[in-house]
Amino acid sequence: MHRFTLEAQGIQKSFGGVRAVDQVSFGVRAGEMLALIGPNGAGKSTCFNLLNGHLRPDGGRVKLLGQDITGLAPRKVWKRGVGRTFQITATFGSMTVRENVQLALQSHRGELGRLWTPSWRLRGGQADTLLERVGLAGQARRPCSVLAYGDLKRVELAIALANNPRLLLMDEPTAGMAPQERVGLMALVAEVARERGMSVLFTEHDMDVVFSHADRVLVLDRGRLIAEGTPDEVRANALVQEVYLGSGFEPEPEAEASAC
Amino acid sequence: MENLLLQGLNGLASASSLFLVASGLTVIFGVTRIVNFAHGSLYMLGAYLAFSIVAHLPRGHLGFWGGIVLAALAVGAIGALLEVLLLRRIYRAPELFQLLATFGVVLVVQDVALLVWGAQDLLGPRAPGLRGSVELLGLRFPLYELVLIGIGPVVLGLLLLLFKRTRWGTLVRAATQDREMVGALGVNQRWLFTSVFFLGSALAGLAGALQLPRESVNLHMDLATITEVFVVVVVGGLGSLPGAALAALLIGELHAFGILVFPKITLVLVFLVMAVVLVIRPRGLFGRAQVAQAAVASVAEPVLGRAPPALKWLGFAALLVAVVAPPFLAGDYALIVLTDMAIAVLFAASLHFIMGPGGMASFGHAAYFGIGAYGAALLTKWFAAPMLPALLAAPFCAGVAGVLFGFFCVRLSGVYSAMLTLAFAQIAWSVAFQWVEITGGDNGVLGVWPDPWATKLNFYWLALGCSVVGTLALRRIALSPFGYALRAQRDNTLRAEAIGINAFGMRWVAFVLAAGFAGVAGGLFAFAKGSVFPTALDIPRSVDALLMVLLGGVQTLAGPVLGALAFTGLHEQLVRATDYWRLVLGAVILLLVLAFPQGLAGAVRRWWEGRRHA
Repeated sequence: MHRFTLEAQGIQKSFGGVRAVDQVSFGVRAGEMLALIGPNGAGKSTCFNLLNGHLRPDGGRVKLLGQDITGLAPRKVWKRGVGRTFQITATFGSMTVRENVQLALQSHRGELGRLWTPSWRLRGGQADTLLERVGLAGQARRPCSVLAYGDLKRVELAIALANNPRLLLMDEPTAGMAPQERVGLMALVAEVARERGMSVLFTEHDMDVVFSHADRVLVLDRGRLIAEGTPDEVRANALVQEVYLGSGFEPEPEAEASAC
Repeated sequence: MENLLLQGLNGLASASSLFLVASGLTVIFGVTRIVNFAHGSLYMLGAYLAFSIVAHLPRGHLGFWGGIVLAALAVGAIGALLEVLLLRRIYRAPELFQLLATFGVVLVVQDVALLVWGAQDLLGPRAPGLRGSVELLGLRFPLYELVLIGIGPVVLGLLLLLFKRTRWGTLVRAATQDREMVGALGVNQRWLFTSVFFLGSALAGLAGALQLPRESVNLHMDLATITEVFVVVVVGGLGSLPGAALAALLIGELHAFGILVFPKITLVLVFLVMAVVLVIRPRGLFGRAQVAQAAVASVAEPVLGRAPPALKWLGFAALLVAVVAPPFLAGDYALIVLTDMAIAVLFAASLHFIMGPGGMASFGHAAYFGIGAYGAALLTKWFAAPMLPALLAAPFCAGVAGVLFGFFCVRLSGVYSAMLTLAFAQIAWSVAFQWVEITGGDNGVLGVWPDPWATKLNFYWLALGCSVVGTLALRRIALSPFGYALRAQRDNTLRAEAIGINAFGMRWVAFVLAAGFAGVAGGLFAFAKGSVFPTALDIPRSVDALLMVLLGGVQTLAGPVLGALAFTGLHEQLVRATDYWRLVLGAVILLLVLAFPQGLAGAVRRWWEGRRHA
């Protein structure tokens, strides 16, 4: 058993001379909910994209269960057991909710090369189980394009769970949702993670969500990791208060547009 | 040496004209994102109008140059009118529908020109005072060509000034970068779009008018020009003026020197260059990624459902009639038309497979149809193969071409990908046209007759069987996990990759499959006609397939079937009934585009569902 599900070792990335992520190291422990926070432009999204394969780090290593996955394409990172959700929800609009989840399941089982079997015959039952788990059983037959935003987030979650991930990466999981919905979604994520022994790494702006659901918190500022610890430790950290919470402990306006 | 200089100057003159047309197209595309197929028609109109206007004005400098300018302005006005009456209504429609609309315009303009100016080539007057030639290093070079060489750079300069120094130009540049943003800043987009259309069309008109003293005015100017100009604009990078200028220079000189260096492959050369440029620089020489493209036409594709049972039964009934009725039909004509229809359905269904589920546009699908046809025909001609083995070889040949061409095409996206398919199709066409020893060139491959057992009726049943099986197979594949994965990468590539879908691989396989099925259609075509000519893979045939798919509707699996039947039937009837079938067909297309942006199948289904809910 590895101590860390995912481990970042001194990863860094620069954009035109600006160090967006600078020598960041941390580990995600098995089964924990780890929050990555920081002010706008701190490098959260870049850091995330280095982990999920969208960006290749200039230096450093990323290891999943002890195996080096640095610079692997997102597709291959997924195959190693990493699920992810996007800041702006991404589902397949021309398919029903059930078909979305079915497709992810089929992909996980290596069934996408099948040209002759009708898709509806494969993995339908498993898709229903997953949809039930995220509370969408009633919406299974509706097209994703007509779903409410909060429900789409749940579809994404079900899709992300399709490959039984060891680690779930969630970029701003509650961005754009109403306050009550946020709590509901994160409670669901925490529950599922506990059931499956799955680790979750998420970035978040809503401090309520962070402090009520994270087991540990990482704080980034200007590309550097400035603090790491339990929510209470981070809250008490003087440096964090200075650079981040000093401004009155207020959640920032959401959907940080500058981070891409 | 002298010859080289002369060719260089000739190249400059054609580069200059090419640039004038291309600059208009690229400016229009930059702002409105419309790939205007009708731009070549505007060019042709410029030439015709100049011919008539100059003839009515007094002779002399004023009459000639005044006529040229008046013609350009008139074409500009026609372009603006086109924007207001037609395109303005469909800016929100999918990109391909706009393309279909502009193609409708091409057809209408062709026949209007035929009606007004007749079918014979017209010879315009020479430019007053520029009839002679100048001596350059002991060689004579026409004075008018020299003037033409000068006009290109002057227009480029004026355009750059216009775009850099005026408020209007600033707005156009801003809209080229991010049209949503310009709208958000409160700029009146309607006026901006109309004025851009005026300018772009006027440039095309000017280029056409300036050809008057150089060559005869004829009805083929439109398509001949639009292909060349597409190449220029794409090589330069869509929306980029300097790009268009550089590419025009490149293509113009390539033409001039290609004749000297590679007389055997002149036709291929231009498209080869385009293919190479796009492979190395997927957005052309000066092209840039577009911002906020998603916001333009982000209409979610509907869920692929099963057809309502009643419609399904209707389809079965129609098929039954198609199988049972033909023996009772009198004469071969009906059988020939029905066979054509069966072939068209399969051809359209294969194109639909990459356009609908795949989300890729192909302007060159005829390549695979034609390669299938030539494959089967050449096997019978050179190896005396019987019909069935030859038919089996057809999809194989087309599939191999699909593997090769598809590898490059599916890596690009949108218009660039479509243009690369066009380039490959033109390369295939040029090979068929210029490799006379093997293909017979323009004379085609003759004597590709079916086996004795395949009478007209039996062959029809064979074609129908292949068509039905092929279309159903494509449908089944579209509904398989592979088909879903294909649609997934179309809907959202990022998400698709995040669940382990190899988008490139999916597109490539889909491309090869579509090529293979088009090849089957092509093979059948060869035996149905008993011969194959280069027209089997020319641009009009690719456009026919596009028309069928778009008429039927991209979003439903039944679309291409209906579209192919409607198009073939209409086409057949019109050609028999009137000399001006293009005019009618174009008008029908325009009406359909305005009335049913979902295509025929979508409209029928919506009407059906609406009736049931009512």
